[in-house]
Amino acid sequence: MRLSTFTRLSLAIFAGLVILFLIVPLIVIVFFAFDASNVQTFPIHQWTLNWFSIAWRDPAVRSAFLLSVKAGLFATLIALVLGVMVAFGIHRFKFFGREAVSLLLVLPLALPGIVTGLALHSAFNLIGLPFSLYTIVIGHATFCIVVVFNNVVARLRRTSNSLHEASSDLGATPLQTIRLITLPTLSTAIIAGALLAFALSFDEVIVTTFTAGAQNTLPLWIFGAIRLGQQLPEINAVVVGVVALTIVPIAYAARIASGDRVKN
Amino acid sequence: MRWGSKTTGQPASPRGVNGSSQPGITLRGVTKRFGGQLAVHDVDLDIAQGEFFTMLGPSGSGKTTLLRLIAGFEVLDAGTIILEGVDVTGLPPYQRGVNTVFQDYALFPHFSVAQNVAYGLRVRRVPASERRERVERVLDMVRMSAFADRRPTQLSGGQRQRVALARAIVNEPSVLLLDEPLGALDLKLRQEMQVELKRIQRQIGITFIYVTHDQEEALTMSDRLAVFRDGTIEQIGHPSEVYEQPASEFVASFVGTSNVVETNLGRAVVRPEKIELSSTSLASGELGGTGHITDVAYLGMVTRYTVAMDEGHTMSAVRQNSSLERQTFTIGDRVTVAWKLHDAFPLTNQSIAAG
Repeated sequence: MRLSTFTRLSLAIFAGLVILFLIVPLIVIVFFAFDASNVQTFPIHQWTLNWFSIAWRDPAVRSAFLLSVKAGLFATLIALVLGVMVAFGIHRFKFFGREAVSLLLVLPLALPGIVTGLALHSAFNLIGLPFSLYTIVIGHATFCIVVVFNNVVARLRRTSNSLHEASSDLGATPLQTIRLITLPTLSTAIIAGALLAFALSFDEVIVTTFTAGAQNTLPLWIFGAIRLGQQLPEINAVVVGVVALTIVPIAYAARIASGDRVKN
Repeated sequence: MRWGSKTTGQPASPRGVNGSSQPGITLRGVTKRFGGQLAVHDVDLDIAQGEFFTMLGPSGSGKTTLLRLIAGFEVLDAGTIILEGVDVTGLPPYQRGVNTVFQDYALFPHFSVAQNVAYGLRVRRVPASERRERVERVLDMVRMSAFADRRPTQLSGGQRQRVALARAIVNEPSVLLLDEPLGALDLKLRQEMQVELKRIQRQIGITFIYVTHDQEEALTMSDRLAVFRDGTIEQIGHPSEVYEQPASEFVASFVGTSNVVETNLGRAVVRPEKIELSSTSLASGELGGTGHITDVAYLGMVTRYTVAMDEGHTMSAVRQNSSLERQTFTIGDRVTVAWKLHDAFPLTNQSIAAG
């Protein structure tokens, strides 16, 4: 499509504004994290790494961080196993209610987190399950499964079925085909799904609020600390850490996915 | 007047076939439905060992479905498939001695060329040293030795085609199935690969079952060919038989261009190259009529004329451009269209109805 110079210029300006709108708040926080002053104002007069060292030594931050990592890892693991299995089931077999299952599966990601959270909260209370790491993991797994499922099912749809036929045709048993052809051709989709799932879990607030009980994950700690409003510079340092940690898996996942598209 | 013997369903005539006349593959009453729709209907077929056998037909005629039934990708609703004396009807693909060259090549993207070719040997646990040697040999045969370490994505269409072929024949199957293997290649490459496929087939001597909708490909390459229509075989025979003595109007029109004419013995087929155009009147012993030229297509070696006959139908005639001094015609010219009675092959109503 050919666009006139004027259209192209205005599009570029508009896109630039949108990106600014998204990125400026992040940049502000990054700057304030290095601001030595307790009161955050521009321009910054003195720079410091002190907030990072305070955050690092804060036991509340540490335990919250550890809980977040644990919850993320467990939720991702569950999402991997169930997400891959359900993707196979839905892609390979035609059964009554297939579309319905497909929809129900995606629901936790589409529904407002508050609905999922409240539902889980009531359910845990009903069956008398005390809030723990595992209730957080279950809560996170509901939407982590979706990203793994979506990634894998999209790959399965793009992979020509004749690969599996060719493998069988060349003498491979169904198990050999899964091990040598199916899983390797899905591997990047699985990895990308897992990285996204972890990133989603790591910064989740709403569902976690309803399933964590008295425990604090890192996002919950940040949320609580902001409301109290006494540790703002330290929060900025923690947030910068979280951004750095979540950007890496997401960027990596995006790279894997786009690399695949070029190859195919 | 020559009347062709009815060849449909008869066992292989081992013309142009190397090796014994033992059937490589035998199909009896093979039937396949897709949701009530008959894709393949009660097909009987005998293909001799070492034969280059082509299944020709328009899309949806059942040829690809039959190939997939032989490979084991589809389960048949009725009938038996016997491969070199062994009933394979109920066996899954990985237990059949056939290999397939897929239309989209189906090369494994995460393996190199050599790993792709070695795959069949690897899953059958052929020792590594023998594996290497056999992979080298077939890669050499398809002239792809230099590309052994490349990934399939780094190859051109023609090269992928060769790798797909190598990957199938390295297992030394008793039958090789080829599903429109040249469909995705451009004309020049396709013609090269046709020659190449024939060379390799002669060299290794295994049965080839080749599916195509390209009648020219079918005529050039096959020892025998079967013309499919609506899930059944309309005619089986040597290419020249099918071309010169089509069993039905459908075969006549699908294999090459043809003119259907009325004779005093009924309808008959006259191929365009057997028709004479002149500006004089009919000679004795010739059949034909008069008309005027509506289209002239110069094709280099030959020129094709379309003639609107005075009786209303059109005819197609091909003349060799054998001499620069040869008389040519232009659009609008009045011409006499003539053919000899023995060049008109009669169409029996029975064989039309059989379709």
